[in-house]
Amino acid sequence: MKGIIGKKIAMTQIFSEDGKMIPVTMLEAGPCIVTQIKTTEKEGYNALQLGFGEVKAKKLNRPMNGHFEKAETEPKRYLAEVRVEDPSAFQLGQEISVELFSKGDRVDISGNSKGKGFAGVIKRHNFAGGPGSHGTHFHRAPGSIGACATPSRVFKGTRMPGRMGNQKVTALNLEVVDVKPERNLLLVRGSVPGPDKGLLVIRESVKAAKRRKKKAHIVT
Amino acid sequence: MQKTDIVESEYLRDDIPDFRSGDTVKIHVRVVEGNRERIQMFQGVVISRKGGGLRENFTVRKISFGVGVERTFPVHSPMISKIEVILQGKVRRAKLYYLRDRVGKAAKVKEKRRP
Repeated sequence: MKGIIGKKIAMTQIFSEDGKMIPVTMLEAGPCIVTQIKTTEKEGYNALQLGFGEVKAKKLNRPMNGHFEKAETEPKRYLAEVRVEDPSAFQLGQEISVELFSKGDRVDISGNSKGKGFAGVIKRHNFAGGPGSHGTHFHRAPGSIGACATPSRVFKGTRMPGRMGNQKVTALNLEVVDVKPERNLLLVRGSVPGPDKGLLVIRESVKAAKRRKKKAHIVT
Repeated sequence: MQKTDIVESEYLRDDIPDFRSGDTVKIHVRVVEGNRERIQMFQGVVISRKGGGLRENFTVRKISFGVGVERTFPVHSPMISKIEVILQGKVRRAKLYYLRDRVGKAAKVKEKRRP
């Protein structure tokens, strides 16, 4: 499993090799620094903690500065974890750049979606809503939320209005269209969660990894 | 300069001649059939040109067997192998959608005469 931290820059369109226009998202990915290596013996699982983005040391508190000192790295603004199979292949302070991925790879991208505020059921749960006219007063209300005396309560998990968005969302199996290591730029086909400048974690696609494992199994 | 220019500028073509709406152009379009590629012509009047940067596109209208046919191309599309400007038209609008409602001689665009 490989991964990197990045930022969404913007979306645009480019021409593919067969002359078709395709939508792409530009991502600024890395360079990241390995700030901690987690192992099964110590933490119970194998993972890398990566740091991304610059920050002044005086902006951080003492425990955080101590953490970076231990890794002998510059302080980093954002931290995120990526699971790895073999943590001994990495060292503290090792730099991880976009070159981790190449053209044609498949990636999963997680980030916080755009917040929609307090949203009604039509926007939040795709309810149908009522007719706009013809004497009806039922427009965007949720309708019935359950029966009467039995059960004489509203079931937990009933879909109702409330806060929508600003949640962790993962876009699966996106194709890497291009990699530009000189600008730390990653081009991914399609859209990615969150606003421009939003923080993202880019990982190797779980679906593609599964498929590859299956194939390797058949061959052996 | 916009953030997306770094990516888009690679795809911009500089071999496209100047043309505007009202001009009669001949487009050499690449057509891929299976693994064979050939060039197809599309000649007509440019009735609109809009958008900017890599997204700029134009519409060409022609009358084919008595039926009006319009095709829209991205200006920088790699599917266009060549654009020839056959003649420049004398028009007073940027969008010539009024040609759709006209037939015969009324649908002709006058040629621009150079002094």
